[in-house]
Amino acid sequence: MSALQPSELDRPALARGRPAAGADPKTASAALRRAEFGDRLRSLALAAPLLLLLALSFGIPIVLLLSRAVYDPTIADALPRTSQALGNWNGQGLPDDAAYIALAADLSNSQAKGTAYELAKALNARLPGARSQVLKTVRQLEGAAGKPPLDIMKAVPFWSAPGTWPTIANGTHALTSFYLLSALDLRWNADGGIERVPPEQAIFLQVFLRTFFVAAAVTLATLLLGFPLAYLIASVPKGLAAILIVAVLLPFWTSILVRTAAWTVLLQKFGLVNGLLLWLGFASERLDLMYSRIGLIIAMTHIQLPFTLLPIYSVMRTIAPSQMKAAYSLGAKPFTAFRRVYLPQVFPGVMAGCLLTFILCLGYYITPALIGGASDQLISNFIANYVNVELNWEMAAALSFILLVFTLALFGIFARILGLDRLKMV
Amino acid sequence: MSAARQAALPSSPTSAPAPGPAFVDFVDVEKSYDGRTFAVTRLNLGVARGEFLTLLGPSGSGKTTTLNMLAGFERPTSGTITLEGRPVDRLPPYQRNIGMVFQNYALFPHMSVAENVAFPLSVRQVSKADIAGRVGRALDMVRLKQFGDRKPAQLSGGQQQRVALARALVFEPSLVLMDEPLGALDKKLREHMQLEIKQIHTMLGVTIVYVTHDQSEALTMSDRVAVFNNGAIAQLGAPDDLYNAPQSSFVASFIGENNTLEGVVDRVSGKECRVKLTGGGELTALAIGVAQGSACHVAIRPERLSLAPAGANALPATVDGRIYLGDHLRLLARLGNDQVLTVKVGPEATMANGEAVTVSCAAQDCRAFPADAAAAKAGPP
Repeated sequence: MSALQPSELDRPALARGRPAAGADPKTASAALRRAEFGDRLRSLALAAPLLLLLALSFGIPIVLLLSRAVYDPTIADALPRTSQALGNWNGQGLPDDAAYIALAADLSNSQAKGTAYELAKALNARLPGARSQVLKTVRQLEGAAGKPPLDIMKAVPFWSAPGTWPTIANGTHALTSFYLLSALDLRWNADGGIERVPPEQAIFLQVFLRTFFVAAAVTLATLLLGFPLAYLIASVPKGLAAILIVAVLLPFWTSILVRTAAWTVLLQKFGLVNGLLLWLGFASERLDLMYSRIGLIIAMTHIQLPFTLLPIYSVMRTIAPSQMKAAYSLGAKPFTAFRRVYLPQVFPGVMAGCLLTFILCLGYYITPALIGGASDQLISNFIANYVNVELNWEMAAALSFILLVFTLALFGIFARILGLDRLKMV
Repeated sequence: MSAARQAALPSSPTSAPAPGPAFVDFVDVEKSYDGRTFAVTRLNLGVARGEFLTLLGPSGSGKTTTLNMLAGFERPTSGTITLEGRPVDRLPPYQRNIGMVFQNYALFPHMSVAENVAFPLSVRQVSKADIAGRVGRALDMVRLKQFGDRKPAQLSGGQQQRVALARALVFEPSLVLMDEPLGALDKKLREHMQLEIKQIHTMLGVTIVYVTHDQSEALTMSDRVAVFNNGAIAQLGAPDDLYNAPQSSFVASFIGENNTLEGVVDRVSGKECRVKLTGGGELTALAIGVAQGSACHVAIRPERLSLAPAGANALPATVDGRIYLGDHLRLLARLGNDQVLTVKVGPEATMANGEAVTVSCAAQDCRAFPADAAAAKAGPP
């Protein structure tokens, strides 16, 4: 059995390392740090332009925008006297006349500075209907002609309605949880607790759920289509594989807008897909594919396919054919070999591809806007609407923030399950 | 020498098939990938139970195709392969019960060493307790018992190969195939592993079919060696048989080192022939299938040449170079016809460059083969 003794040669290289004779480990490691310091500095310098660009164009704007979700000084800035006057109000009933006079002065002042509309809008976001009341009062104060401001204020019933003053008092705090709660269909109730908003006002949770459902459906569809295709591409000879890869990437190189527009042509009631289904007898009447959930999922699946496929393919390509041969020779039937040898090795690629597609789907905007119907709008469409139409950046920021938190949480869970180092992007 | 090896050795030093019913039998097996050219042609090969048979040849000679057909990864285009008397042509690899060791080890990277070795047992539904015991014994056999929890990537090349060996043996297959298993290791480790594999072979009495392109590896380990060339067996025999009695100039040059002299057969008398060397000089050689008047190659081993002016063949030469190798010395001797012979002499030899010497050898140490390439490819008689 002497020949079976493990050879001195046959050790991992690390085990053969010996500490340098006479060298003190401490000084050696210090010397190593000194020697590597220059290298680190150089690497950092190479990465610096990118880091700078990221910080300027990505990090800072995101932080600034997201901060608007919790920091809204519009009301506080417009109503400095009112906030002071409300300082010792207990929040019950109506405040004293001093608060009315302070508010009237603030309103006149904001009209003079031209910020009255902004104030009206900010109040309206918290208290629907406040805009017209504020603008009306401002006009009356302007044309008062000697009438005491207090009388004007008292004459408008809005300023003595039960919800008005608590909203104003809340608004005078620049830091607010109002938008974040609204993004989750929650609000503060009169007792200072958090409650669900009435069902007729609740929209965002449903939109978030819809967004997650569409993202999950698209991810599953791309996986079902992409996995076999990736397997095919990884197993055919190089020349054919290159052609197939180009076929997968060709749509990828076209603008997403063009592809979405193409789908609107294809999916129309009198479009090609409906015509084909009818002709083949798969459908007895023309289907509503446009402006529907199914049409949206079809179009998004097409656009997302390369994102799911490429990470899977890149992992499959690294698995030597001898792996499956070895499994067969050891007695594993094809399905067992696939399940126990192939799939576990492809799994990181599958996870990476699915994660990529899922996260990208969470932020889809163009495709749902053009192909989805009114009830297929995803969270990004709402965010865009708040930014572009409503000019309510605070609400947009709050929705973005919630979406970001969901996305990061998801990423965290994946990374935890799988280990970030095993997540193999292309 | 074990009983198994005794039985495995052919009864005569020539390339006769293994005696008794063959354990593995290739009958007229051919394999073509493109329908025009054959990777393997008319292969007839028997492997005896317990034998260590090596398929040796340059790349593209058909040895790996032969192994893959036996393993079940390739199907013969025609002909039949039988294993223990049963044809296996229609049997998928996972039903053949053949252990296989791959060149790149093919260990499963996501499994620990112990899980790798347990794999063939678990797919055979062996009970958990039984698996633990057998995996332990298999790892013990390759001296890796304490490495069971490691991942293959944490092992050295030699350790990985030993895991692959344990995995291929743990389910007690009666036949183990090895496809250049030591190709990725450095020379010293390779030699060490050769001995280990040989030890395991003797210990378990398992039949091993081994593929390599390294002739010294084939000579070291094998009971018999099948030398492949261009898809056919050029010669099949025991290592000493191949070394001492090559039947073609291909085998003579592929196995060990040989001096090759070109010439024309002057006359054939019995087993011997007289060869007129190209450019002048004559010698007497064993005639291996050469005809009078045909061009031939004469192969002479460097260690069969001597500088003593005796023997049947004495050729005048001048020393053209000395290569000192510690235990011996190689002299490059330039003949009158400008062909250079390598002569292996003792390290104490004093000949200087340019010195005139006489190179001589016995007639039975010179082997004359037909010079045409087609003859060199022909199989054994």
